[in-house]
Amino acid sequence: MSASAEATVLITHAVGLHARPSVKFTKLAKTFAADVEVALAANGPWFDAKSIVKVMAAKAPKGTLLHIRAKGDGAGEAVGALVELVRRDFDEGADHVRTA
Amino acid sequence: MSEPLRLQGISASAGYAEGPLFSLDRATAHYTVKATAADERAALETAIGVATQRLGGLIDTANSEAAGILEFQIAMLEDDALSGPAFAAIASGQAADAAWRQALDTEIAGYETSDQDYFRARAADLRDIRDQVLRALTEDDERAAPAGAIFYGEDIAPTRFLETDWSTGGGIALKAGSAASHVAMLARSRGVPMVVGLGAAGPSASPANPVGIALLDAEHGGIVLSPSPAEIEAFRRSSSSFAARRDKAKTYLAKPAVTKAGTRVQVQVNIADPSDVDGIDVATCDGVGLMRTEFLFGRTLPDEETQYRAYRKVLEWAGEKPVTIRTVDAGGDKPVPGFTVAEANPFLGLRGIRLSLARPEILRVQIRALLRAGIHGNLKVMFPMIAVADEFARAAALFTEEQAGLAARGIAQKMPPLGIMVEVPSVAIAPEAFADVAFFSIGSNDLTQYVMAAARDNVSVAHLNSVRHPAVLRLIASVVAFGREQEIPVSLCGDAGGDPASIPGLLEAGLRDLSVAPAQLAMAKAAIADVPV
Repeated sequence: MSASAEATVLITHAVGLHARPSVKFTKLAKTFAADVEVALAANGPWFDAKSIVKVMAAKAPKGTLLHIRAKGDGAGEAVGALVELVRRDFDEGADHVRTA
Repeated sequence: MSEPLRLQGISASAGYAEGPLFSLDRATAHYTVKATAADERAALETAIGVATQRLGGLIDTANSEAAGILEFQIAMLEDDALSGPAFAAIASGQAADAAWRQALDTEIAGYETSDQDYFRARAADLRDIRDQVLRALTEDDERAAPAGAIFYGEDIAPTRFLETDWSTGGGIALKAGSAASHVAMLARSRGVPMVVGLGAAGPSASPANPVGIALLDAEHGGIVLSPSPAEIEAFRRSSSSFAARRDKAKTYLAKPAVTKAGTRVQVQVNIADPSDVDGIDVATCDGVGLMRTEFLFGRTLPDEETQYRAYRKVLEWAGEKPVTIRTVDAGGDKPVPGFTVAEANPFLGLRGIRLSLARPEILRVQIRALLRAGIHGNLKVMFPMIAVADEFARAAALFTEEQAGLAARGIAQKMPPLGIMVEVPSVAIAPEAFADVAFFSIGSNDLTQYVMAAARDNVSVAHLNSVRHPAVLRLIASVVAFGREQEIPVSLCGDAGGDPASIPGLLEAGLRDLSVAPAQLAMAKAAIADVPV
């Protein structure tokens, strides 16, 4: 039986899901066996969350409600961990606002 | 010895640099086509590996900001989604260099056409990645730049910036470029002087066409090529005074600006792109004294929604503080394809409000966007290049009409106070015709050039173009006096407002509200503290 999970999270990072945040996001996604995808709307288009090229191409600015879904082993954990990362503002301090 | 040539752009990182010009626009090296598709594939794989390793090597010596950029580039290089199209093209018979270039150019085009400034600026990173791999493919031995060189060209790669030893000076002067690029961000954090947007008009410096030494004034956004001895001497004075001021100024940034006598002076910022505010702490300024809107009109005429979002972003950033947005000031030295007209003497032609009133359908779109954005903050709107009262009346009437239209459709909107730029001498000489405007904003750049009949970008008459000439200061003082009498606020938003040498004269003329480039905030406040008014 194949697990699946889905969630949404608001991007609050000043520059959105770009450059440094997307590096962290895709690196984390790659640590899970499940297929993980992101989208800017519930009906897609969906992008491979393990590919930084695809995630960057989604062009998700600050204020975007990011949809995350996963299928396969550890799908729930994958979605949970990625949602947490976005909620923690990609673990970046306040200084990213100035330098971005 | 060639003639001195002065080019004007936009400061991306303030500072001064004097040194030999080093051209960034090199022809790409030659690639030797391989025998089989498998060899081409192997060549590209090796080149990507070499490029990735080189980037990894740079991380070790980089600070956290630079490391973040390098990690991003490495992650992109390691992603099969980036190289996939290139390998597919190789399989169908293309050479590795062409296949890689095509695949990356397609990706780069996607970034360049983005409507988000931050995202557009990432195109430079993609170009860097592209060229890193091409360089590995062609085994191109790059010429080393001489110490203290000023890099000059279309654009500069972040890795080129990181590989360069800036401890001996040097700077960056770009024909294109963006103040939001990674390199601009790095340059600001490392204090490397950088100017962008110098335009393609300059010479292409090359070993065959040496321009000798160049003077980069990234405080005011200009560069002088082949300068005269007198220019070099003046430049060095400005440069050492800048260094001293910068050290002292840092302590003033967080505090409100106050003169030696204790008079409070409002210091606002001039911005050109909504993303400019991302780098500014709103607590360090008193608002936005000038938001230019020409940038929105750079490539295409922006629709109402795009404009609305841009204005709203800045208004929300500013909170309670005022944001003065200027309606599109195209024409003159700022042509907009599909909007401005070619003229023999554009500075005396159809520019600013004249053009907007001649093409009211374009101004109306902007007015609707402004009226809608007005509910999100403390908006003020001003018209550029007003010469006679009728122009203000007609522009204001368009606001009234559009407001009624929006209201009839039940769309939320708010009428902002409407003011004018004082930059045409007729207004400065006879301001009494404008007693019904909400505020005056003195555009010292144009006012000076029209009063002195001396263009700002023409080095042979540059000595005439001074806001400190008594004729210009007297006009400013009389506008301030008229404003006091009529209780109409008067501010100034030209480059002079951020120029420490001009600030004493402006305050003595009665001004108490200046708007400056964000990079000049600290220095302007420090200069104000020295003025005894």
